[in-house]
Amino acid sequence: MDWEIVIGLETHAQLSTRSKIFSGASTAFGSPPNTQACAVDIALPGVLPVLNIDAVGKAIRFGIAVGATVNRRSVFARKNYFYPDLPKGYQISQYETPVVEGGQVAIQLDGVEKIIHLTRAHLEEDAGKSLHEDFHGMTGIDLNRAGTPLLEIVTEPDMRSAEEAVEYAKTLHALVRWIDICDGNMQEGSFRCDANVSVRKRGSDQLGTRREIKNLNSFRFLQQAIEYEARWQIEHLEEGGNIQQATVLFDPDSGQTRLMRTKEDAHDYRYFPDPDLLPLEIDDAWLERTREDMPELPAVRRQRYQNELGLSAQDTVLLVSDRETADYFEATLAAISTGDRAAAAKLAANWINGELAAALNRAELELPASPVSASALAGLISRVIDKTLSSKLAKEVFDGLWSGAGSADEIIDKRGLRQISDSGAIEKLVDEVIGANEQQVADYLGGKQKAFNSLVGQVMKASKGKANPAQVNEILKQKLDKR
Amino acid sequence: MINSGLKALSQNLADRKISSVELTRAYLERIDAHNGAVNAFITVDAEASLAQAKAADARIALGDAKPLTGIPIAHKDIWCAKGWRTTCASRMLENFRAPYDAHVIERFNEAGAVILGKTNMDEFAMGSSNETSWFGPVKNPWDQERVPGGSSGGSAAAVAAALTPAATGTDTGGSIRQPASLCGVSGLKPTYGLVSRYGMIAFASSLDQGGPLARTAEDLALLLDVMVNFDPRDSTSLDRPEEDYSRMLEAPLNGLRIGLPREYFGDGISGDVRTAVEAAIDEYRKLGATTVEVGLPASELSVPAYYVIAPAEASSNLSRFDGVRYGFRAEEYTDLLDMYCKTRAQGFGAEVKRRILIGTYVLSHGYYDAYYLQAQRIRRLIARDFSQAFEQCDVIMSPTSPSTAFGLGARMTDPVQMYLSDIFTLAANLAGLPGMSIPCGLDSAGLPVGLQIIGNYFSEARMLNVAHLYQRQTDWATRMSPVAAS
Repeated sequence: MDWEIVIGLETHAQLSTRSKIFSGASTAFGSPPNTQACAVDIALPGVLPVLNIDAVGKAIRFGIAVGATVNRRSVFARKNYFYPDLPKGYQISQYETPVVEGGQVAIQLDGVEKIIHLTRAHLEEDAGKSLHEDFHGMTGIDLNRAGTPLLEIVTEPDMRSAEEAVEYAKTLHALVRWIDICDGNMQEGSFRCDANVSVRKRGSDQLGTRREIKNLNSFRFLQQAIEYEARWQIEHLEEGGNIQQATVLFDPDSGQTRLMRTKEDAHDYRYFPDPDLLPLEIDDAWLERTREDMPELPAVRRQRYQNELGLSAQDTVLLVSDRETADYFEATLAAISTGDRAAAAKLAANWINGELAAALNRAELELPASPVSASALAGLISRVIDKTLSSKLAKEVFDGLWSGAGSADEIIDKRGLRQISDSGAIEKLVDEVIGANEQQVADYLGGKQKAFNSLVGQVMKASKGKANPAQVNEILKQKLDKR
Repeated sequence: MINSGLKALSQNLADRKISSVELTRAYLERIDAHNGAVNAFITVDAEASLAQAKAADARIALGDAKPLTGIPIAHKDIWCAKGWRTTCASRMLENFRAPYDAHVIERFNEAGAVILGKTNMDEFAMGSSNETSWFGPVKNPWDQERVPGGSSGGSAAAVAAALTPAATGTDTGGSIRQPASLCGVSGLKPTYGLVSRYGMIAFASSLDQGGPLARTAEDLALLLDVMVNFDPRDSTSLDRPEEDYSRMLEAPLNGLRIGLPREYFGDGISGDVRTAVEAAIDEYRKLGATTVEVGLPASELSVPAYYVIAPAEASSNLSRFDGVRYGFRAEEYTDLLDMYCKTRAQGFGAEVKRRILIGTYVLSHGYYDAYYLQAQRIRRLIARDFSQAFEQCDVIMSPTSPSTAFGLGARMTDPVQMYLSDIFTLAANLAGLPGMSIPCGLDSAGLPVGLQIIGNYFSEARMLNVAHLYQRQTDWATRMSPVAAS
């Protein structure tokens, strides 16, 4: 039977504020347990929450970035349940009226664009952590994370495969980093997803019963978990079973999902408006200020690169995969003073997406830590454009830049890598090679194209790689054809 | 000296007729002698109080004194005071020592006042008789077989027994006014949002409001000057210009329009209460006031609305008392759920558990709309009634409580009867309006009767003026309870 997988994602993005959403304690990661939990975070008797305006500003940025409605008035509610790492016995969240409603994220998959619609995004606080290791038969509680601001971003059930879900998550991940509201550090839990997965017979317009996979903190786990879960549901249905609404956990070791709780034992969270907090009011001025402060968004920038610089869709997707890369690209392009803009852009895109990305990857470095600055790369590309460097020798210069051997010009001079474009000098080399290889010349004239390439190679070798290959080709051909 | 008002005490301190240490010691001695009879204090720490008194004396000597510098004040045990045991009269917090000061405590400390001790109360402020305290009931200083009212019963009794010149309380549904009425003292619940709730252990956040209890309105004004203050740590705290609450005390009452809600003078009021309140209103007419009958029709719904909203908020506010981080934890348990259940079963008293259950129920899926949302609608109706009434009058007067102090144990088995003790006070909390109670007579058994004055938002200075001129005209506020006289 032909099944369709239906996926909706709920993503918790930790907002990169300095202090917590309802207290002044620091949000820095990795401190000793309970050293960043103040009276409010511990929920001492008598303490009260005060909303961190910075967290709201970041939620507004998100709303603008996804073209959503930013509600002028939203309400914080209490979600009541008991758990040792939830100090108040309730989580402050937003329930009936979230700060952001609607909006959409466009994803690119195999060159095709698809729109994923958002239901809402709301502000809430994170809980602490239960530590089960190091405490024999007991549980330790670390409240450093308690009260960390989160934006929970909920999609419509718009995705139809694990690949789409991963692509959405990646696009969202890039976006929240791009607009500077979340550091996106998945290992530290700054960006984690819950996936609602259901299956239905293709053609059906009814949604199947969903199961929610909790807390997926890598794109790989997201993919594996959805694939396993969908397969499990299909097999279960084909064997005549029913799907029960449930929450499941993904076990990366076994690659399987396992039942956590069913709908029957789901909590009744007893949501009600938090009387300690006034409704959140956002006025036009605040929205306008935020709008003016927004960076150019990746989709807009990608379009601009395609339209104004003539770059391919494939190039631009890579260039706008994060803001650092896009900014690096623009800085590089700005520092290339010679040549045609489109040609310069194409070369810059190739170098950044190619040689530089590969080198960073090998060295396990992020772009901001690159030993080759944008202006240094621009220096190299400029010499390629003005034909001082052959593309082969350009790679050698790049290696020099990477290892700190100086600027492109310094490396070229020091190593004598300047391309030979003087036709007299090249003609001399060509004559020597022709004179020394009668057999290959004869082969070429007899119709063997291979022989020509070999002759070119020998001229290049004789020039120590410095001869302009295009000129070598041209001159060699002229001279041979005269024979 | 112990019967002097705050102004006179302050003058005596300034004139060096008495030192703060001497004054504090005098009250500590009275507490030693009489607290056994009234049980008004949960915690007394003479050393800490006298250290503050000594500091106050130094400040007075430097000429740096403020109106309350050196004056001992008792605080309801709902306010966190750094280093002081802060119990909320619950086993749950029996040994909880607060690591920080409530905003109100900070304000009194800055003013140079002395913390005289922490007063008894109903557990987590839930009760109208001060019988739900883990530390035992407070006895009414006028008749020790009777309750002092609640939940600020310890504060009211301490003032009535002259164990302190003044005290703080909190009022969620009448918890300052009703005990003030039953103990024959003056008490004021300000407009919601004027007194910071930071450091006040929450019962029902949207209704809770701190306020003072003292002998006279004149004293309340001085206390209010300290207690009312914007606090950014409480998001519901109001940022308003500072007021001098004594500024209008002497303003004549000619032309004052008193609204008398017909719903508050119906059946169910004891004859003696009615007689005393009507006599007080006659006194106001003599002072130049006029009266007008007003309607507060939605007020009859205040008991059901209150007993939905307050328990709903309480059920959530009290979730933090789970035995995990501080406070009481059951000694034996098998797993996490068992630890929660036993801790909360043993740590909370019956009335607290009743309200947590009610609150949990009304917030539950499927009941929320019918109870909680409906109660919020009633709340808006009540507020609207008041705003219409205040188009016709400047203040509203009524009995504070339908009866005088009832016997210990008399209503403990009948929660509904107990809840009805607050029938006249609940509406002011639901609407967020300021309310006060002042003594206005004694019943045939010699027990105090209270007159409730409800004002419009932020009209505290005017209400104090209305109360003060009555207290100059009559001597009810200076009548002494038998314990105070001994």
